[in-house]
Amino acid sequence: MNTKLIAEIALTHLFTKKKQTIIAMLGVTFGISMFIVMISFMTGVNQFMEDMAMDNTPHIHIYNPIQLNGHAIVEPASTETKNWVVLQHQRPKNVLPKIKNGMQVAAEIAAMPGVKGVVPSVTTQVFFNNGPVQIPGTISGVDVRKQDELYLTSGKMEEGNWDDLLKGTDVIVMGHGLAVKASVKVGDRISLTTPQGANHLVKVVGIFSYGISMLDDSKSYASLATVQKLVARDPSYVTDLNVKMNVMDEAAAFKTTLRKVYPNLYMEDWQEANASLLAGESIRNIMTFVISFTLLIVAGFGIYNIMNMNIISKMKDIAILKATGFESPQIVSVFLLESLIIGILGAGLGLLIGFGISYLLSITPFPAGQFVRINTFPVNFLVKHYLMGVSFGFVTTLIAGYMPALKAAKIDPVKIIRG
Amino acid sequence: MESILQAKAIVKSFPENPDLQILKGVSFTVEQGEFLSIVGKSGCGKSTLLYILSTMDTDYKGDMYMMGQHLNGWSQNQLAKFRNEHLGFVFQFHYLLPEFSALKNVMLPALKLNKYSSSEVKERAMAKLELVGMQDYADKLSSKLSGGQQQRVAIARALINDPAIIMCDEPTGNLDKNNSMNVFEIFKKLCSDNRQTIITVTHDPDFAAKSDRIIEMSDGLIIKQ
Repeated sequence: MNTKLIAEIALTHLFTKKKQTIIAMLGVTFGISMFIVMISFMTGVNQFMEDMAMDNTPHIHIYNPIQLNGHAIVEPASTETKNWVVLQHQRPKNVLPKIKNGMQVAAEIAAMPGVKGVVPSVTTQVFFNNGPVQIPGTISGVDVRKQDELYLTSGKMEEGNWDDLLKGTDVIVMGHGLAVKASVKVGDRISLTTPQGANHLVKVVGIFSYGISMLDDSKSYASLATVQKLVARDPSYVTDLNVKMNVMDEAAAFKTTLRKVYPNLYMEDWQEANASLLAGESIRNIMTFVISFTLLIVAGFGIYNIMNMNIISKMKDIAILKATGFESPQIVSVFLLESLIIGILGAGLGLLIGFGISYLLSITPFPAGQFVRINTFPVNFLVKHYLMGVSFGFVTTLIAGYMPALKAAKIDPVKIIRG
Repeated sequence: MESILQAKAIVKSFPENPDLQILKGVSFTVEQGEFLSIVGKSGCGKSTLLYILSTMDTDYKGDMYMMGQHLNGWSQNQLAKFRNEHLGFVFQFHYLLPEFSALKNVMLPALKLNKYSSSEVKERAMAKLELVGMQDYADKLSSKLSGGQQQRVAIARALINDPAIIMCDEPTGNLDKNNSMNVFEIFKKLCSDNRQTIITVTHDPDFAAKSDRIIEMSDGLIIKQ
């Protein structure tokens, strides 16, 4: 077909109606740029929330939960006599939340393929005594070096050094919120009470902040030996194993294989631990897409309208073209090409503007205060989103332009020319 | 002389009023190189007949032959191709494309035909504009031309593909005496020199009187030919 001729007619139309062309283009530009900004920002927020949660969440958490036995031991004994055994308020056995051979298991798992590392830890509830007030919190004894290596804890320190945990016993680092509540500063000593009822005096050598108040208000860290001493257990006593994978998404699959090797251990992967966060994330993603699609559809209707008007104002021209021998597919091509040029230029401009706004947003200071560890708005810059934007824009203009173009091709020249 | 156009028992009614026949069985033959005028009062169906002859209106009963081909049942796209190659039109209300220059308007059907290179098309278009005395206005936007000038450009456009038949609906309707004479001379020359056939619908008795043959219509029928 006469591509050059069709392009010439389409371009002439676009250039003689510059205002109309630009307005139609801006419709697409607006739709695409808002799409880019929305999706970059929303995924940025999701990413940030996930990172924040994942900073401290092991990919697989292995521990001994408090378990009820389910049925009483007297039950099987009483089946012969057919007596009823009614047992109410069953109590759990006094079992230590200890992982058997914890250190050994940690070493074994750490050697498995795909595992980045394992941090064995002892976690216990404690009360921090601030005068007559007891502040509830937890203390985790961890392998100091490994914890830092896998969870970059030293990067979260507000004051003091993470490595100071290695310098001596009875030293802890505590969360920012907890430190405020306990009114301690780095270098202060604080007394704490363990669940067993023992009182200990420990020295605060650092204050950390994850930006998650739930953690910062209750958590503290110490070396493994310090906490083992606090709860009066031997050096093999480990309550939790925090496994970190090389690839986060392999955690669930790895957990299944791990279960076969250690059938007696209770395991939880990060997806289970963060189910509510992930649900929130998928809802935000759906919302982002719904809003973005709406914007694009609105832009599409804009193009449809303008192309329709364009065609109505060009009825005579179309009739002439047909009378002088232009066939329907060529008429369709002319008007479709006009829509596509509008769409492509509009989408291109939209990407630039979208990128610009996203960039400005990403350097805008975000006054989140102490609670969230962030200085500017979280924004993602992913090529994927830009490609999506262009293809959506392209497809919408194609559809929005095709219908009026078909209408143009159906015009009966006789009716127009005879008036 | 061979017949270039043959209409057999053309009957036409509009879908809004199927009982009222605008054409009640019109048959006639046109020879190559003939200069034919169709005359008649308003509403006698002469314009309707012209648009059927032009192949743009396909909603009629009867048979149409042009250049030895039976055109009934052709698709719109086939007919468009046929028009592009073999027919030229001059409409009552000149109808140029306002966004394009006079030259471009003349060139478009030839570019569509795609038989000559675009530089050749340009030369040929200039020659046709010269023929109608519009060569000085070639680069002007057609919307900037006066009515008479537009009509002459429209004639140049009708001629660009050297069509076998040129059909005109009131070609001199908007022209003064002088311009009408010019147009008539051009048509006359085309018939005699190039053996091109001209079919015009006209109200202008002087114009009709000078053509080779007159078909007079009344009430959807040919009453004199």
